[in-house]
Amino acid sequence: MIKYVCEICGYVYDPAIGDPANGIAAGTKWEDIKEDWVCPVCGVGKDQFKPEN
Amino acid sequence: MQAVQLSEKAYWVGVIDWNIRDFHGYSTKRGTTYNAYLILGEKPVLIDTVKKEFFGEMMERIKSVIDPQKIHTIISLHSEMDHSGALVQAVEAIQPEEVYVSLMGMKHITAQFHKDLKLKTVKTGDKISIDQDTLCFVEARMLHWPDSMLAYLEKEQLLFTNDVFGMHYATAQLFDDENDEHLWLREAEKYYANIVLPYSDIVTRFLGQIKQMGIQPRMIAPDHGFIWRKEPSRIIELYGRWATQKPTKKAVIVYDTMWGSTEKMATHIADAIREEGCEVKVLSMHACDRSEVATELLHAGALIVGAPVLNNQIFPSMADVLCYLKGLRRKNLIGAVFGSYGWNGAPIDGLNKQLEEMGVSVIAPALKTSFVPDEAAYQSCRDLGRLIGKTLTEKVQ
Repeated sequence: MIKYVCEICGYVYDPAIGDPANGIAAGTKWEDIKEDWVCPVCGVGKDQFKPEN
Repeated sequence: MQAVQLSEKAYWVGVIDWNIRDFHGYSTKRGTTYNAYLILGEKPVLIDTVKKEFFGEMMERIKSVIDPQKIHTIISLHSEMDHSGALVQAVEAIQPEEVYVSLMGMKHITAQFHKDLKLKTVKTGDKISIDQDTLCFVEARMLHWPDSMLAYLEKEQLLFTNDVFGMHYATAQLFDDENDEHLWLREAEKYYANIVLPYSDIVTRFLGQIKQMGIQPRMIAPDHGFIWRKEPSRIIELYGRWATQKPTKKAVIVYDTMWGSTEKMATHIADAIREEGCEVKVLSMHACDRSEVATELLHAGALIVGAPVLNNQIFPSMADVLCYLKGLRRKNLIGAVFGSYGWNGAPIDGLNKQLEEMGVSVIAPALKTSFVPDEAAYQSCRDLGRLIGKTLTEKVQ
C-alpha cells in the first residue's frame, strides 16, 4: 500500500501502521481515511499530503 | 554594543529584551534574548537575525567585530518574526552573496515579507565551508515549526539550535555557568511546556537522530536565553526526560470563579488531594495566565478543571485555557471537573467531554453545585479530592 507524506511537516502516513491514536486502524488505506482526519503532527488536512516517491 | 566571543571564530551578536512581559500570550516575566551569531572566515556567516525593532543593536554588535558588508552568507534557521523580523533590513544593508533557508522556510519568509530575498534552500546533510571548518544543516521539522532547522559547525563542535534548547530568560551573562540554575531551570521548563511539548515524540526521535549523525556539541547556541558551554549535555538530557511526559503524583487544579463558590470547591478538593499524600497546585485564571498553567502541567499527573456557568456557557477564561492546553497535547493525565452554577449545570458536564477530547482520562462524573456549596457539597468535593489522590497514587507507583 502506498504511503502518503505531509508536505508541511514531513509526517508519513503508513497504511500498515495507521493512526490508531486518532481512530485509524492499522491496515487502513489512504483512500479509506475519513475526510476530516488531520495530520497528527501539524494538524493540516488530507489535501496537504502527497504519495511518497 | 559589543559582540561576545564564543569560540575562535564564533560570536554572539544578538540582543537582550529586558522588558518584554507578554510574548503572544506567554508571560515572559524574566524577559528574553534574541540570539544571532556571526562566524568569521574568508566568507563570514550570520546565523539568524533578531526582532525587527532591535536591528540597529544587532548591527552595532556585528560592527564591533567586522564590517557588516563583509558578511557573505545569511542563514535563517527559523522564520518566526523574533528571528527573521530584521532579515529584510539585514539583507538590504549587508547585500550578502547567499541567503540560506529550509524549504518550508522559503515558503514562510516569502509569505511574511513578500520580497524577493533571493533565498536558496538547504536540507539535512547539506554543508557549507567556512575556511577549514564546515557548517552542516540539520532539518528539525516541527521543532517547533515546519521550517525549523539546526546548523552544526563541525570542527568547533558548535551547534546552533534556534528555538530548540532555548528559554525566555534575559541575561547579560551569556553562558550557562554564569547563571543561577534555580532561575533558569524554571524558565527552560516553561519554554518546553509552552512551545515544544506538542512535539515531544519528534524530540525523542530527533535526539536519537543527532546522536546517530555523530553530533556531539561542545557548545549549544540557541536563539533565546544563554549558551550552553559548561554542560551542553544537560539540556539534551532534560529534553529527553521531559519528552517522556511521565506523570507524577501532582494534581493541577485550574479554575475561575464569579462569586467564590467554585473557588471554595477548589480549596476543598485540593485539601483532600494533599491528605492523600499528593502534591497539588491551585491556579485561578484571575491570578494566572495560561502559560503558567501549562508550565505546572509539565510535571503533573492530573488536570482538575473548575468553572462556573455564565449565560449557559462555561466561564470564558476557562474556555481560553482549555483551548490552549488542547493544543499542547499533554499526554498521560487523569482528570476531573467541577463547578458552581445557578440554574443550568449542563455546561459543567460538557467540560468532561472537552477533557476527553484533549486525551485526558476522566475519572469521575462532573461535580456540580447549585449556587453556594453547603456541607454536603464540601463533602463531595473532599470525596473527589480523595479519589484523585488515590488514582494518582495507584497510577504513578
